[in-house]
Amino acid sequence: MARVVVDPVTRIEGHLRIEAQVDNGAVTDAWSSGTMFRGMELIVQGRDPREAWIWTQRICGVCTTVHAIASVQAVEDALAISPPPNARLMRNLISGAQFIQDHVIHFYHLHALDWVDVTGCLTADPQKTADLAQKISPWPLSSRAYFTEVQARVKALVDSGQLSIFTNGYWGNPAYKLPPEADLMAVAHYIEALSWQRDVIRMHAILGGKNPHPQTFLVGGMAAPLDPNSPNVVNPLRMDQMAALVRTMRTFVEQVYVPDVKAIASFYPEWFTYGAGHRNYLAYGGLPNGALNDTSLYTFPRGIILNGDLSTVHPVDQTKITEAIAHSYYTYPGGDQATLNPFDGVTAPKYSGPTPPYDALDTANKYSWLKSPRYDGQVMEVGPLARMLVAYGSGVQKVQDLVNSTLAELNAQPAALFSTLGRVAARALETVYLLDWMDTWLAELGKNMNSGDLRTADTSKWEPSTWPAEAQGWGPHEAPRGALGHWVKIKNQKIENYQAVVPSTWNAGPRDENGQTGPYEASLVGTPVAVLDQPLEILRTIHSFDPCLACAVHVVDATGAEKVRVEVR
Amino acid sequence: MVDGSGLPGDAGTLVEALAQRGVSRRRFLQFCTSMTAALALPRSYTPRIVAALSAQVKPTLVWLEFQDCAGNTESFLRSPNPDVAELVIEILSVPYQETIMAAAGKQAEANLDDVVTRLKGQYVCVVEGSIPMAEGGIFCTIGGRTALDIATRVTRDAALVVAVGDCAWDGGFVSLGPTNGVGIGQAVSGLSPINLGGCPHNSVNLAATLVHYLTFGTAPALDQFGRPLFAYGHLIHDQCERRAHFDAGRFVEQWNDQGAQSGWCLYKMGCKGPQTNYNCSIARWNDATNWPIGAGHGCIGCAGPSFWSRMSPFYSRLPDVQMIGVDTTAQTIGLVAIGGVAALTAVHGAGVIARMQRNKRKRAAVTPDGHVVPEVAAAPDAGAGTAGDAGAGTAGDAGVGGTN
Repeated sequence: MARVVVDPVTRIEGHLRIEAQVDNGAVTDAWSSGTMFRGMELIVQGRDPREAWIWTQRICGVCTTVHAIASVQAVEDALAISPPPNARLMRNLISGAQFIQDHVIHFYHLHALDWVDVTGCLTADPQKTADLAQKISPWPLSSRAYFTEVQARVKALVDSGQLSIFTNGYWGNPAYKLPPEADLMAVAHYIEALSWQRDVIRMHAILGGKNPHPQTFLVGGMAAPLDPNSPNVVNPLRMDQMAALVRTMRTFVEQVYVPDVKAIASFYPEWFTYGAGHRNYLAYGGLPNGALNDTSLYTFPRGIILNGDLSTVHPVDQTKITEAIAHSYYTYPGGDQATLNPFDGVTAPKYSGPTPPYDALDTANKYSWLKSPRYDGQVMEVGPLARMLVAYGSGVQKVQDLVNSTLAELNAQPAALFSTLGRVAARALETVYLLDWMDTWLAELGKNMNSGDLRTADTSKWEPSTWPAEAQGWGPHEAPRGALGHWVKIKNQKIENYQAVVPSTWNAGPRDENGQTGPYEASLVGTPVAVLDQPLEILRTIHSFDPCLACAVHVVDATGAEKVRVEVR
Repeated sequence: MVDGSGLPGDAGTLVEALAQRGVSRRRFLQFCTSMTAALALPRSYTPRIVAALSAQVKPTLVWLEFQDCAGNTESFLRSPNPDVAELVIEILSVPYQETIMAAAGKQAEANLDDVVTRLKGQYVCVVEGSIPMAEGGIFCTIGGRTALDIATRVTRDAALVVAVGDCAWDGGFVSLGPTNGVGIGQAVSGLSPINLGGCPHNSVNLAATLVHYLTFGTAPALDQFGRPLFAYGHLIHDQCERRAHFDAGRFVEQWNDQGAQSGWCLYKMGCKGPQTNYNCSIARWNDATNWPIGAGHGCIGCAGPSFWSRMSPFYSRLPDVQMIGVDTTAQTIGLVAIGGVAALTAVHGAGVIARMQRNKRKRAAVTPDGHVVPEVAAAPDAGAGTAGDAGAGTAGDAGVGGTN
């Protein structure tokens, strides 16, 4: 029996620590701990709600844009503002670009090295690599000469003795199963994806000025103007550039990302059996194709799947969302056993963990800066897998086709999706699903522009004097990592309370007051660990969730009571 | 080769090194040329930059993340030229960067320990995110150690420390919260980092800063906040593509109006360009695709000191202030900041240009050989960009470079 600690968990956003009990070569219990706190939500209290998005977007620079969109939607909900269709289309294009770019970065740069041994490249046969690549994809960069060049580049790196970002990986671990040729192909695509992600995210620069942290959102719409006859704004030239970027997205996703996921997964079939966890899945749904509150027209439907039963999609009632702190470094007025809905939430940080430097957390008591969100008392997983399962269960034809054809290729049942590789596959399928939507949104925006509908913002309630004395709103959204919600209360034209419950809090949170493990913790049970001081397999399952800890630890005091004095200098 | 560190002093054979590293010679030279331009150096400096960057041992860089959102890491990943693959494979060795490194857990920590012990005084340290000082630092731990513990140990022996983004510079928005998050220059006494302000920083400025250091062995000329003059030496307002509209009195009056569609000046919508020093309009973002004002939204002033508290509310027009002088021939004027609030500068009108200045203004000077340097030699207390420097009551951005 051994206690395995991974801290820092790298190739994620933020600061995450995993402790796992390993017995007879497999994990028997696990604890997930967020080890950083900032207190963003306390800082936005008392500010102009129209600028909340500028602040809250800084919750995360990896999930950039998602908090901005959730924030403006929450304020629009509170003030009953309906952004014009062009604003919705621009936001969807920004969201879609974020999903597509982020999912590819996740697969290659945050996750692939759990499956791909970089040093395996050195013994690969470039000709056989070319044969493999050409067999699975029409992607043109697949010649023997190309792979010979990539191999030389990796060899030069290894020979230099300075492995840079690859230094001290778990190279040679017996859990790596790819043939050298697949390693070489994947490393080549890792490098290609680094350039690709930089290129395609220019979509954000066109519509939002820059990435990370695009700067174009408004309560009521978008600041980016639309005019076919103006040189300075979104015009036919910019539309052409965006269309080209979507084509670049499509080519890489269809010809590189998806084939690589399938190829790599085919060497690790057992990973469709590990990593399920609780099998409850929640999606708020989002990326509207009509009015903001018309969930029937969402790109991703809203719903809940319980116990892996895809035959029933349960409705979502936000009043059933609660957060527990029994194992979190916070206090509640009602004590550690209490749970609170976000609108009534309290955030009073109180650290009670070990004094640094420390070697072990006190996992019997409080051990994380994350709270434990629950829906109707139940643990929920959020993310691409949840979205695809809810869409599948809701009868979204395109998603059903994608899932069914993939399962047929893998000769697998839907239950295979409830797994570590199921999350990886769902992320890839979701990326494909979004490509057609990108074309649709762009075409619709162009049609509006050419027909003279140039409205990008509803400014009728821009002036705070037009607002009611008190208002409150909820801004549900889907971020690449899952269901995201912002809650805002406005009083006398200022933010009275603000709260966000974000994807990685759902997934990475600790045990609750009833001892129920969080999704990360549950998913690790049963995971094999071949070499105790190289917990490669633990990383595989944790990375399959695409953790984002800066998002997860954010908490807001939604009661209005000032728990912490905030000095504004 | 002096010490094998890859830091300034090493020399290598260019062609061999390039070939050995697999970098296309053409692309590499392109990069060196663009860096020469970014640093405003004469073209004759290009060969020197090429030589410095092709030393046979790659310079080692470690990147620390504390109370951060990884936005600066993401910005680094968007580095256009050289692209990030060339940066981390061929040009630099980056054995510690939590967001992209292969190693995890104790293997990751071993990478950092190895650099600190084996390359003492010979590595570059980039810091992202603030360091929480409250309650013994328990608001951020990595591997069971506090951010302050790690930051002190790693930056103390670094040859160069670069703070990327506002949180690592002066605590950013985190400084307004309960954890007492501060910048690296405030957390570690005696440290004078180069501060690349911005939320996030623009990766082209990091590349140029590193190239300058690797080429000349010194930091580029800095302002009193420790920011490179090449990037922070001019007001956005003075280099804005919409400036002519300001001068002509053509303003966006309401979102989505005709002025917005025509690309008029955003000053009345709260743009902070008249108060912010940055090369945002020149370098632009994402392979020079665009920048915020180009997308129709005002500048929020993110490259300035303590910008969150000074620039919010972001949609309020910068207040008019007493004009000390107006030069109707459209030359820069100096203004004295009135303390307390984010006072400001620009009063619209034809031919009027206004510029914010700090109370204790330090000008830059141009040396006989054409280099821009701070007029006052950067005193240690001025170079660190501490909270004191950016303290309450200071309304303006750095008033450097008043030479146009």
